[in-house]
Amino acid sequence: MLRLIGERLLSTVILMAAVSVVAFILIQLPPGDFADSYANKKAQGGVVITLEEVDEIRNKLGLNRPLYIQYFDWIGGVLKGDFGFSWEFHRPVSDVIGERLGLTLALAFSTLIFTYLLALPIGIYSAVRQYSIGDHVMTLLGYIGLATPNFMLALILLYLGSELFGLSAGGLFSPEYEEAAWSLARFWDMLAHLWVPVVVLGTAGTAFQMRTMRATLLDEVNKIYVIAARAGGISEFKLLMKYPVRMALNPIVSTLGWELTNIISGAPIVALVLSLPDTGPLFLQALLNQDMYLAGAMILIYCVLVVIGTMVSDLLLLWLDPRIRLEGAR
Amino acid sequence: MGDTTGSTGIIGTVVNATPRTRSYEVATHWQLMWWKFRRHHMAIVGLSLLGVFLVIALIPEFLAPYGTHTRDTSYAQGPPMGIHFFDSTGTFHARPFVYGWKSERDPVTLRRNTTVDESKIHPLRWFVTGEPYKLFKLFATDIHLFGIEGGKVHLFGTDQIGRDVFSRIMYATRTSLSIGFIGVIFAFVLGLTFGGISGYVGGMVDLLIMRVVEFIRSIPTLPLWLALAAALPRDWSATQVYIAVTVILAMIGWTHLARRVRGKLLALREEDFVLAARLSGCSHVRIISRHMLPSFMSYLIVDLTISFPYIILAETALSFLGLGMREPAVSWGVLLFSAQNVRSLVLMPWLLIPCLFVIVAVLAFNFVGDGARDAADPYAK
Repeated sequence: MLRLIGERLLSTVILMAAVSVVAFILIQLPPGDFADSYANKKAQGGVVITLEEVDEIRNKLGLNRPLYIQYFDWIGGVLKGDFGFSWEFHRPVSDVIGERLGLTLALAFSTLIFTYLLALPIGIYSAVRQYSIGDHVMTLLGYIGLATPNFMLALILLYLGSELFGLSAGGLFSPEYEEAAWSLARFWDMLAHLWVPVVVLGTAGTAFQMRTMRATLLDEVNKIYVIAARAGGISEFKLLMKYPVRMALNPIVSTLGWELTNIISGAPIVALVLSLPDTGPLFLQALLNQDMYLAGAMILIYCVLVVIGTMVSDLLLLWLDPRIRLEGAR
Repeated sequence: MGDTTGSTGIIGTVVNATPRTRSYEVATHWQLMWWKFRRHHMAIVGLSLLGVFLVIALIPEFLAPYGTHTRDTSYAQGPPMGIHFFDSTGTFHARPFVYGWKSERDPVTLRRNTTVDESKIHPLRWFVTGEPYKLFKLFATDIHLFGIEGGKVHLFGTDQIGRDVFSRIMYATRTSLSIGFIGVIFAFVLGLTFGGISGYVGGMVDLLIMRVVEFIRSIPTLPLWLALAAALPRDWSATQVYIAVTVILAMIGWTHLARRVRGKLLALREEDFVLAARLSGCSHVRIISRHMLPSFMSYLIVDLTISFPYIILAETALSFLGLGMREPAVSWGVLLFSAQNVRSLVLMPWLLIPCLFVIVAVLAFNFVGDGARDAADPYAK
């Protein structure tokens, strides 16, 4: 058991190292570096900038050293919590991200909770009442939910919100709380706004998990052990929860990390459409401006979140399913 | 296939050996799959829808009354024109028509107001002459499926600068579907190659390829796409961007297929018929291409059908953010790009119509995929 956990932790660390290399390479990909785009911006503003000055900026930022040295410089800082300097914001990256990362995390976890709170009961209902009207309606909704891209749903909600309710949907706070300090009132205000992005981000996942739950449960409910338990006289509800549902939870738990991946993947684009003050718009802007330390930090953080999520779901599975534990101990 | 073999009642099946039963026994593999597929009503609906999309993608020039950049400034920001059979006096017209319109700027808000003028009637005509184009890049013609005389018809309204949304959607369907198609082909080749190498060579190579696959699958793909797309030079032409976007989408999409190919190859290596082929002296190439590949081709096709919508959605997302295809090219994502802010949505909600096309296309692929998944193994139950 301990060995299994140890191996899992080790592979997580290796994965993270690989992720950091990829993040760094991606950031190096765009043609031109920050010095170029800085010069371009200045030139557009009418300021004359010479090649020497561009070179000087490059020197100052260490942009003309070999790539692997730049990488080790960068990753060394990251491990100490220093993500470098955002040239766009003229502030350390950790500060820029820090004030927004909390919202991203809140959004991701609310969405995850929303997904499972909704998907599991509906999936169980659909399986137990197979081919009922409710099941058909849910199946149809599930298909549409899977087929609608996040950002389209966000657009449609935005439109309906402003047309039907005169809401300025989008954003995460009412105007009066926008700049206010954290308080209970502001927190409630955030919750009142948070449901829109949560619904938008969670729909596809809910649809998927609902289908998974329904399918696996349908496979389980006709097995002999269920019939045996029923013959033993357990009440139908207790029987369902104790045996087949527990079995059917396996694929659900094992896709937890994958679900988190999808949420994190979809979050930036939804955040942009709904103009949320989280890391999403920041990330897209950084990519467009080639603000490399900021963009690299964001990719790294997104990936690490997902890697940790996958690890947690694997460990949960170990705890949930004794068969996997035994196989590992063998 | 309980009902076709007639498994109930032993004597009954022998006596009533219907022609249908016999045709089941001599049917080919593909015939069996088609029969099984046909039983999924939704899959058939999906297949028909895909047929419609295919027609649109093949001949958008003919279906669209106008070009992608033809501007009708007198009807800019105009709402969709309703097709009517009864006019304002209640008289029935056998030929459907659209009403005339008046367009004027509000002197206060400067917003353009289009009002329907019910006194004027423009009947829809089939096969009208319009802008010249080359069908299939070969036949020069100027016939379009429908249109009206003395003006322009905008079934789905027009955008900010008066371009016909319906026509643009027709052309966009070609771009989006072809990106999906080429992307899937790229992914297919990559998946087949790497999965094949991994499964057949085994050992260290297998380990390495599978680690890479696992790695790609364990990181969030959208940020990855975005970063890759952001790295494309801004001055590339539409064609270059088109190719680059398909390659990017395929690079992420091949992992699933590679895994599937590898798994199948590993399982098939142990099968009796492969052993038999090896014992009778078949070469490696012949074993793979004649014995192993055909036996899991149907599964690969299913995987392709399922991965198609993901590639379409990804392209839409990229273009929507302005990181994929860009004007003057039109794709579903490019069309939605102009619907990005609430203000233009409230002014022109019909700019969301491309959403419908995306959703219907993805649904159709999902239905077909579901049917195909069951049909891929026609001998099961």
